[in-house]
Amino acid sequence: MGEQRKIKVLVCKPGLDGHDRGAKVIARALRDAGMEVIYTGLHQTPDMIVQTILQEDPDAVMLSMLSGAHKALCPVIMDKLKENEIDDVLVSVGGIIPDEDKPFLEELGLKGFYGPGTELKTIVEFVKNNLKR
Amino acid sequence: MTEIDESKTLKPTKTERREKFTNLSDITIKPLYTPEDIKDFNYDTDLGTPGKFPFTRGAYPNMYRGRLWTMRQFAGFGTAAQTNTRYKFLLEHGTTGLSVAFSLHTIYGYQADDDEALGEVGKEGVSIDTLKDMETLFSGIDLSKISTSMTINAPAAILLAMYIVAAEKQGHSADKLRGTIQNDILKEYIAQKSWVFPPEPSMRLIIDTIEYCAKNVPQWYTISISGYHIREAGSTAVQELAFTLADGFAYVEAAMKRGLDVDDFAPRLSFFFNSHNNFFEEVCKYRAARRIWAKRLKNKYGAKKSESMRLRFHTQTAGVSLSAQEPENNIARVTIQGLAAVLGGTQSLHTNSFDEALCLPTEKAVKIALRTQQIIAHESGAADTVDPLAGSYYVEWLTNKMEEEAELYFEKIEALGGVIPAIKANFFQKEIANASYKYQREVETRDRIIVGVNDIQLREPCATPLLKIDENVAREQIENLQRLRDQRSNETVQAKLEALKEAAKGTENLIPFIMDTIREYASIGEVMATLKEVFGVYREDSIF
Repeated sequence: MGEQRKIKVLVCKPGLDGHDRGAKVIARALRDAGMEVIYTGLHQTPDMIVQTILQEDPDAVMLSMLSGAHKALCPVIMDKLKENEIDDVLVSVGGIIPDEDKPFLEELGLKGFYGPGTELKTIVEFVKNNLKR
Repeated sequence: MTEIDESKTLKPTKTERREKFTNLSDITIKPLYTPEDIKDFNYDTDLGTPGKFPFTRGAYPNMYRGRLWTMRQFAGFGTAAQTNTRYKFLLEHGTTGLSVAFSLHTIYGYQADDDEALGEVGKEGVSIDTLKDMETLFSGIDLSKISTSMTINAPAAILLAMYIVAAEKQGHSADKLRGTIQNDILKEYIAQKSWVFPPEPSMRLIIDTIEYCAKNVPQWYTISISGYHIREAGSTAVQELAFTLADGFAYVEAAMKRGLDVDDFAPRLSFFFNSHNNFFEEVCKYRAARRIWAKRLKNKYGAKKSESMRLRFHTQTAGVSLSAQEPENNIARVTIQGLAAVLGGTQSLHTNSFDEALCLPTEKAVKIALRTQQIIAHESGAADTVDPLAGSYYVEWLTNKMEEEAELYFEKIEALGGVIPAIKANFFQKEIANASYKYQREVETRDRIIVGVNDIQLREPCATPLLKIDENVAREQIENLQRLRDQRSNETVQAKLEALKEAAKGTENLIPFIMDTIREYASIGEVMATLKEVFGVYREDSIF
């Protein structure tokens, strides 16, 4: 058969946080690793993110959050995914995520939590190894 | 004890430890600099006397022998009352200027109970919705005695109006006030991304502020033209230098187009630069910045006053250089960066706290950061003579090189039609994205060593105590806002907002109209929503 289907990743910036350096670097690294990458751009509300997921049907969603809003926004995003019966997408959050918040986020079904100093290849491997479909 | 295996951290070559030495702007550094490298060097035209054109050696004749730089620590979190307590702590420990960090919702001009503010209230800075919060923020602090810097851009005119009215209520007239509002929207489109309105109406608001302050708040710095965020977003030092000064030129041109005399406003423009890890590159960046600005203001914009040509700047050490791994190492990084800023002639300095890659700084970390500045000031001897690095073959060569590279960028920007067309063509955004990706690759291939991150890592669990923002802050802030809405005259607020809206459709200066809304306790969200109806909002392309 022909070539394997490319892994499709949606890189998102939820909330008002404008720190997009990490998100852009990761988006490019995933693209360089052969994935199809869509970057939402800044200031995405949970509704906008879920709408994009419905439209684009990605294999993985990477949320980048550095403003401390992860505990407020992640539950809303995960609830909305559930409402829309989306359960086969890997959802990861990274940025500035304190260790003590990780169990709460894990409980919601989020993974990854990569922070400053993470190597790009670690993130590429993480996506490849944790896909749900 | 941990054995450090040198072969892992350094690339072995025959005679030198690296094939090529480059700085963070990718400029190749030679093994040795000699008089040959600055052959055409002319002391009078290239450097000159400190405090005189072209200001390469410093903005003032005797620099820190007269007065030390302002030690200004950026701070803000939670409610206005919480931040007020932190300010009093900083003042007690010898900080000499205040610097307000606002909550993200304030930065975007939303009020605490807007949907967009969910999860953000008080997290990254202090939550300010109305004049009432501003009054609380400076309660017990005499606004005629302190200088205050406010990092605010899209709604800068609104926060300035709140500050002026808060001072009025303390009994101080606007002409007594000293401070700075960042008010630099161009770098928002380029790097920091907290824009609201499209570029043209944003520029109008900025020029309105410059014009208003020239008449009414003469000691206020109306804009802090910022390279800091451009650098944090991943630019090189040369890009930071070039893009920031290009923004500066754009503001000067816009104000002159309004009909203002360059000598009436240029002395109140100020700059804000980053200080990253490559010590000499940073020092030379500041020296080059002063020289480029002075020449351009004199030769192109026809400034007559010396103060119009004199570039003054605030520096913050590079947040992006802080590592989350072994965070105590950041104390050493900040010391080197702070020293570079001082040897580059900064007018004020914020030194980052070592825990800032993890959270907003704790009190202990803030105190160490401030102490670092005091050690540089009083113990290092760096503040005892003006521009002590001048005349070094390397420093003068690199200062020239930074200027040349910046000039090449000015030509490119000019060819694109100026700063705003270049923003719309994503020129800056692409340049920065490329530079930050390249840097990250170099770190990963260990072409650049970040100590404790990519050389040798002791994997320890993070033991740094973190500052936690109470989740009740949002609830408290929203309750305050609702209480205020019950107390004020909503009818008067509506009338003032209506007047502002009408004025925004015309060409009048909007600052007096904004002040009228603020006096009636209109919220930042209400004022911004009114302006959005007339100005619209900006959307960027999502490139990476």
